[in-house]
Amino acid sequence: MSQVIEEDQRIIEFDVRTDEMLVNMGPQHPSTHGVLRLVLRTDGEIVSELEPHIGYLHRCAEKIGENLTARQWIPYTDRMDYLAAMNMNLGWSLAVEKLMQYEVSEKARHLRVLIAELGRIASHLVGMGAYGLDLGTFSPFLYAFREREKILDLFEEACGARLTYSYITVGGLTADLPPGWLQRCEAFLEQFEPIIREYHTLLTTNAIFVKRTAGIGVLSPEMAVDYGCTGPVLRGSGVDIDMRRDGESIYTAMYDGYAFEVAVMKDGHYPRDHEYPAVPVDAVLGDCWHRFFVRMLEVVQSMDLVRQAIDRYSRCKGPLGEPLKLAEKLPAGDAYLETECPKGQMGFYLVGDGSAIPWRVRARSSSFSNLAVAPELCRGCLIADVPAVVGSLDIVMGEIDR
Amino acid sequence: MRGPAFIDQLEAAVPGAVAGRSLEAIDPWLEIAPEKLLPACRWLKDSCEIRFDGLQCITAIDWFQPDAKKAAKVSWEPHTELVYHLWSTVARVSLVLKTKLPRWQGDKPGQLPEIASVVSVWRGADWHEREVYDLSGVMFVGHPDLRRILCPEDWEGYPLRKDYEMPLEYHGMRGR
Repeated sequence: MSQVIEEDQRIIEFDVRTDEMLVNMGPQHPSTHGVLRLVLRTDGEIVSELEPHIGYLHRCAEKIGENLTARQWIPYTDRMDYLAAMNMNLGWSLAVEKLMQYEVSEKARHLRVLIAELGRIASHLVGMGAYGLDLGTFSPFLYAFREREKILDLFEEACGARLTYSYITVGGLTADLPPGWLQRCEAFLEQFEPIIREYHTLLTTNAIFVKRTAGIGVLSPEMAVDYGCTGPVLRGSGVDIDMRRDGESIYTAMYDGYAFEVAVMKDGHYPRDHEYPAVPVDAVLGDCWHRFFVRMLEVVQSMDLVRQAIDRYSRCKGPLGEPLKLAEKLPAGDAYLETECPKGQMGFYLVGDGSAIPWRVRARSSSFSNLAVAPELCRGCLIADVPAVVGSLDIVMGEIDR
Repeated sequence: MRGPAFIDQLEAAVPGAVAGRSLEAIDPWLEIAPEKLLPACRWLKDSCEIRFDGLQCITAIDWFQPDAKKAAKVSWEPHTELVYHLWSTVARVSLVLKTKLPRWQGDKPGQLPEIASVVSVWRGADWHEREVYDLSGVMFVGHPDLRRILCPEDWEGYPLRKDYEMPLEYHGMRGR
């Protein structure tokens, strides 16, 4: 028998028929970012089909929202994207304010920008650190969490919570900043700025990282739009859309007068790209590397915005204003609003019927649509690339399952 | 941009599609006749001047008041309303489509209302329609793979319907 194998070594190598195999990844797999189950149909090392199974965290938050007043539902939005709870609070608050046609004070507006952009930095740091973890490098994760911790400390000082804030609320914010907070925030930015260079050395230009991400999981702009992908996933494919600039007036008014450039590749260049490492030659627009890089650029962009917001907020004379009553009546009608959250465009829709409790509440999750495209991206890739592709979408299961 | 001219073009391209409109609402919306939804969506994506290339969200609203006392006071007839939020990535404008379905097909409880699936227009509609089917009980005809997405496959009932009752027990787990 062994002689036969020795004789026909080459024939056997090419004649080996691999059976199709179903591989189950998750729901408790460390690289699935929460309780996500992926079923892979594989042929040897090649994935021929991937099917995500979601719903392990489903709490039917929308049904809960039909039994609470609009402001009482704020803590439930915290638990959607729990890595960027501030941005979730903001999205829902603005949607309710849009229905009520309510406008917050100028000071509250600038404070919201400040807080939301800090939240974006914190979320992108987790996204970046956890992505390194997915690809088998542990240190960036620790470096990212060290800095994120400082942002959480700032948030804790402002509102008392470290993860589920409920700070931004309908009609404003629950409290003003404590004394000395702005100085501590500025000190953090000062200290954080040079560290970004470290991240670029650790990941962006790391030869192994580039090999694992460049040219992997290429998402064409057409497909991204067709699937409703948003946020860094969409911008990583070169589609120039950012709700902070292109959204509805109630949201873009918040950013009125702020100077920022959407982090997207235009004519082969990212904004201010001479300050950052060059794009690797293997990288293709829309691949995992670009999605990662857009997030890194947005960290710097958000730092800029935080600085501008600090400046504006501290120059604001008027009062911050009180949030609306807990049981404020909603007018009859409906309103839908999408805001630019770190993971993508988060949409909230509510239908009021004249009472304080909305008739219908809907949360359109960005991660939900971003994950829906994963089967397309993983078709024909290696099993080892699945965590690289899914990780680059930067999903949060709390938001997908709601 | 979303003035009457654009609606007239839709009327001309898909006769009988526009069943109602409210241009003064916070988010102006068009009501589309349920049987014309698919051609209207296809026209909006492919032939309309403003190409609505993105489907952001599909919502089902259950207009039903289980409380008989309150039900006597409401101004609407019980029905299921589907709301489609479209968006154009080029023109950066949004559009809201609404369509009315009966709560049960032919008023036979248990028979899910039916509407054409728009997966062939926007592929992103796939998961959204599965979610609406799962939570609100709307049958999307022509959907490639219509099964529950958030609830377990053997779950009974449609949680986002107003007359839904939480099961007392599920596989030995207490429900209430």
